[in-house]
Amino acid sequence: MTLPVHCLIVGSRADVRRADPQAAGLLADAHALGVQHLAQLKCFTLFFLEGHLSVPQQERLAAELLSDPVAQTSAWRGVSGGGVAALNKPDTHVIETALRPGVTDPVAEQIVHYARVLGLSGVTRAATGQRFVLRGPLTDADLHHLALRLLANPVIQHYAFGPITPTFPQAAGSSESVEMLPIRELDEAQLMTLSRERRAALDLAEMQAVQAYFRTEGRDPTDVEFETIAQTWSEHCVHKTFKARISMIAPGGGSLEVNGLLRTYLRSATETIAAHWVRSAFVDNAGILAFDDEFDVAFKVETHNHPSAIEPFGGANTGVGGVIRDVLGVSAKPIAATDVLCFGPQNQALAAALPDGVLPPRRVRSGVVAGVRDYGNKMGLPTVSGAIWYDPGYTANPLVFCGCVGLVPVGSHPRGPQAGDRVIVLGGRTGRDGLRGATFSSMAMDAKTGEVAGASVQIGDPITEKGLVEVITRARDAQLYHAITDCGAGGLSSAVGEMASDLGAAVDLAQVRLKYAGLAPWEIWLSEAQERMVLAVAPGAVSALQTICAVFSVELTDIGVFTGDGRLHVCAGERLVLDLSNAFLHGGIPQRCLTAEPATAPGVRAAEMPVVDYAVTLLRLLAHPNIASKADVIRGYDHEVQGGTVVKPLTGACNDGPSDAVVLRPIGTRGLRGVVLSTGLNPEYGKRDAYAMALSVVDESVRNAVATGADPARLALLDNFCWGDPLRPATLGALLAAAQGCHDAALRYGAPFVSGKDSLNNEFLGADGLRHAIPPTLLISAIGQIEDVRCAVTTDLKEAGDVVYLVGEAAAEFGGSHLGLLGDLALAALAECSPVPRLPASAPVLYAALHAAMQAGRVRACHDLSEGGLAVAAAEMCLGGRLGLNLSLPAGEPLRQLFGECNGTLLVAVGPGDSAAFEAVLAGQLVRRLGEVTSDARLTISGAGTVLLSVPVGELVAAWNTPAGEGA
Amino acid sequence: MKPTALILHANGTNRDHEAAQALELAGAAVEIVHLSQLRAGERHMADYQLLVLPGGFSYGDALGAGKLMALDLTVYFADAVHEFIASGKPVIGICNGFQALVKAGLLPGSSGPSSATLTFNASGRFECRWVTLAPQPGACVWTNSLVDIIECPVAHGEGRFLMGDSADLVALQAGGQVALTYAFADGAPAGDAYPANPNGSVAAIAGVCNAAGNVLGLMPHPEDHLFSWQHPRWTRGRTHGLGLPLFQRGVAHAVQAA
Repeated sequence: MTLPVHCLIVGSRADVRRADPQAAGLLADAHALGVQHLAQLKCFTLFFLEGHLSVPQQERLAAELLSDPVAQTSAWRGVSGGGVAALNKPDTHVIETALRPGVTDPVAEQIVHYARVLGLSGVTRAATGQRFVLRGPLTDADLHHLALRLLANPVIQHYAFGPITPTFPQAAGSSESVEMLPIRELDEAQLMTLSRERRAALDLAEMQAVQAYFRTEGRDPTDVEFETIAQTWSEHCVHKTFKARISMIAPGGGSLEVNGLLRTYLRSATETIAAHWVRSAFVDNAGILAFDDEFDVAFKVETHNHPSAIEPFGGANTGVGGVIRDVLGVSAKPIAATDVLCFGPQNQALAAALPDGVLPPRRVRSGVVAGVRDYGNKMGLPTVSGAIWYDPGYTANPLVFCGCVGLVPVGSHPRGPQAGDRVIVLGGRTGRDGLRGATFSSMAMDAKTGEVAGASVQIGDPITEKGLVEVITRARDAQLYHAITDCGAGGLSSAVGEMASDLGAAVDLAQVRLKYAGLAPWEIWLSEAQERMVLAVAPGAVSALQTICAVFSVELTDIGVFTGDGRLHVCAGERLVLDLSNAFLHGGIPQRCLTAEPATAPGVRAAEMPVVDYAVTLLRLLAHPNIASKADVIRGYDHEVQGGTVVKPLTGACNDGPSDAVVLRPIGTRGLRGVVLSTGLNPEYGKRDAYAMALSVVDESVRNAVATGADPARLALLDNFCWGDPLRPATLGALLAAAQGCHDAALRYGAPFVSGKDSLNNEFLGADGLRHAIPPTLLISAIGQIEDVRCAVTTDLKEAGDVVYLVGEAAAEFGGSHLGLLGDLALAALAECSPVPRLPASAPVLYAALHAAMQAGRVRACHDLSEGGLAVAAAEMCLGGRLGLNLSLPAGEPLRQLFGECNGTLLVAVGPGDSAAFEAVLAGQLVRRLGEVTSDARLTISGAGTVLLSVPVGELVAAWNTPAGEGA
Repeated sequence: MKPTALILHANGTNRDHEAAQALELAGAAVEIVHLSQLRAGERHMADYQLLVLPGGFSYGDALGAGKLMALDLTVYFADAVHEFIASGKPVIGICNGFQALVKAGLLPGSSGPSSATLTFNASGRFECRWVTLAPQPGACVWTNSLVDIIECPVAHGEGRFLMGDSADLVALQAGGQVALTYAFADGAPAGDAYPANPNGSVAAIAGVCNAAGNVLGLMPHPEDHLFSWQHPRWTRGRTHGLGLPLFQRGVAHAVQAA
């Protein structure tokens, strides 16, 4: 029997909201997509309720549960006099959207529950949707275009012109069967066909290893076994490129053999540095560092690129959720989130030029930012540190780096499951969501990816994850578990597989709680449904854990036992569906052998020095989207929650100047010790010289942290490589060069790598056959410490009369500089034929001296020279402080001195009474007094007696606050 | 005697630890208690001297911020909450807690259906920024004896205080139930000026109390400004407007009411 479905339409009251900002934003986006004759757009929310409901019951639901009568209007569909936009008017069109089956809809679940709380148990199921009323002479083609590119995402939503039929959570039609894959008899071509058909992303050598294993076992694998191997051996899970044996023909003849980039360059740097304060590097889900007597800090940065490309909100949302679970997986309480985002240019007039399957960059950006905001804010995590970078190379393949910092009591993270421990799953239920996410993220994308991989993406549920944090921190303090890991890529197969890699385990998939019936065993085992953690719990501790779970409404499921026989047994009820030796599953993958071509050194030629107006150039640089204020994004993130944000992402007299790093004093700690977070990123350098980029971004992250007060002797680094297809020798050669650069820079600064992640195959294969690869991108995230947060320093100028110094060897270069990105051909040519900046040998000693000056209270403001060079750094210090600066540069090329970019260099403001002491502490360093802070709110820079530029601070502020999409 | 504050935790509450820190510094003992523990009878509201509904995203703000927690309060705890309020003990709802109190009809008052609501910011965006609050003379035991302005962050998307009926607003003002208003940095009233009034609240109202003055609800987070190094301009020597005195007033009242 089918039950009636009622639909409530909720909108804002016109008197409350004369202008709806959401509608205004969508209208602007529609115009940017080329639909100019859309004159007006109104947004409504739809609630679908299934069940027999009387009119008074409907009225109660509308008034008491589903709408806010003071601020909103509501009307049941089909009931007259609803006050909702009348149809049948000429030029009025309706598009409605609803979620596809299987997509998480936490609101719908709450509706059913609270209808019951109100005593209205007639509501059997609920769903939500959106309704858009559009005015204008629009064709059906326009409407489809708007629906697909703006209002709905076919990956997670369907749409209709007019009333939409919602899909309620329901059993899907799949059989619960287990398939046998006759792998033993296949030839090479057939093996590769099998790999492709099941989207396993395994190469021939790997398929042959699988085949050989099952020949030895004397049987064929089940689909559960094959899928488990494919996920466990995916690039995402085992990092086979970073572990591969690479041979490279050196430019001068001879060859270089590298047995694993990770081992040779990253881990070896950490081992050489051997810092006593590193508690865990590369072993756990996150890097762990000593903090104070009571606590350690954990830090992890992940990428979620491909999911964010096809469903920006859900991709970024679950990216944040995933990295939080990494930190929870080392028993740490999350205390901060970070995000670094790379998008296509926002002002591109490219509605028509986008390859099929690529979302418009504006939509990617707004969706990703909303996804990060939603998860971080709802988790009560301050999202504090980050960067946004725009480049056409990210149009089809945006990058979303999500980081999380956690605090864990010293020695409280247990790592040893015991034989006999129960395999306990905590958190959300398992659905078909996120299937094959690990292999999906290990392949290049094409126009069909969104369609095929639809199930790989989902919306997160941060409130469920918040419950996990509450439960796990309490369970940790009560010592209720022996080991813990998160369910990430590969789902249970990977989480249980890793935890049981020594002991072995027996699991019954019939015990796993499902969102809906009908999942095949391999789907249950591989599902990447979010918000789940796996714990090893002694049988006697399960009920105590259950008690905590009950308080926070977190589901606990016992799915099996850690056996001690070294094998992984998985049953679906009575039937054994997986029986693999751990030695094979975790050690059987053949090492890849790859070939690299050395990165060609960029051609450096003499170039004409263009003649430009320095003031105009400075303003254009300040307005460049990579440099300009990110306040619109930053203010959407709650960066104050937990009350520990000492240096905030924005700073200064009007709270709108840039910070080089953020400083956190974690709540619950006793002292005033702080965590310092900073980043380094520069794909412009990467395009020209991957090795030099690595040196530069390590330096930038270190320098940003030191500029804010971090102790340079106590900095740790995280690497995140986002690269193209490593099977292309030139691409791999650049990757190798960047890894070498990481190694060399880490040693230079004594800053160990403690965690990292690589995301390869960041390419989009267009329908035209063209490959769109991203620029070589290396993100370095630094985590430092400051003994007393009250010694932190911000970038804003503090007071007229303060003395300003340039410290460090300012060997400015134009290669990869932002001067070349202003759309000026002569400047672009200059950037093209110049080298990227090198790393001055003096930097580490300088940073130690600068830190000593800060500790002694001699520094009032400090800012690093980065994109846009000295002039931009000086301008940012002025606008932060709303004060002027009068600087005189020594003899030299003004363009290079003002806008050339360099490493190892900072501007420092010192109180006039402290200048002698400051100079004494920095004795022996390159320190040049450039001028002083003025009260006239004007930045004036002179060279050799001539005024090069003189700009009122108000103009600097205005330029720097240019919204992304309007700058150069 | 040291009063004990009950800090209510619903699924999705997240500023409970900051509220606890503020009340401890103000001289109270604190206990964070989940709604389910109250429902199970493991804890009893009447055993506490002060009630805090902290910030966060109870139930993910599904169906409107604070809405579902408000239903919990009205369906499961109506008697306990009314008794607590009627006894004159101090109650504070911050951000999500304020939203819950308003949507439960507990603020601005319980006489008849309220035309007050907290809805989406006029900007249409969630915003995190520091604001200046001017305490108003009137009924509120938490704020009416405060001398200085408070500087502290807001972090919300649904903090726009509105009253559907303008007569209700007049009554609210006349009754001394406007406890805190948004102000410019010098303390002058912000009016509709954005971003000093960060969300477009009518009459720049940041916090309101019940007629008796013991229940305060406010959108901003004074619990996030307890130490001078939390201020956004402490590196410029600005150490002004701590939120602690507000909590001290509440704790002092709890001692009196006990």
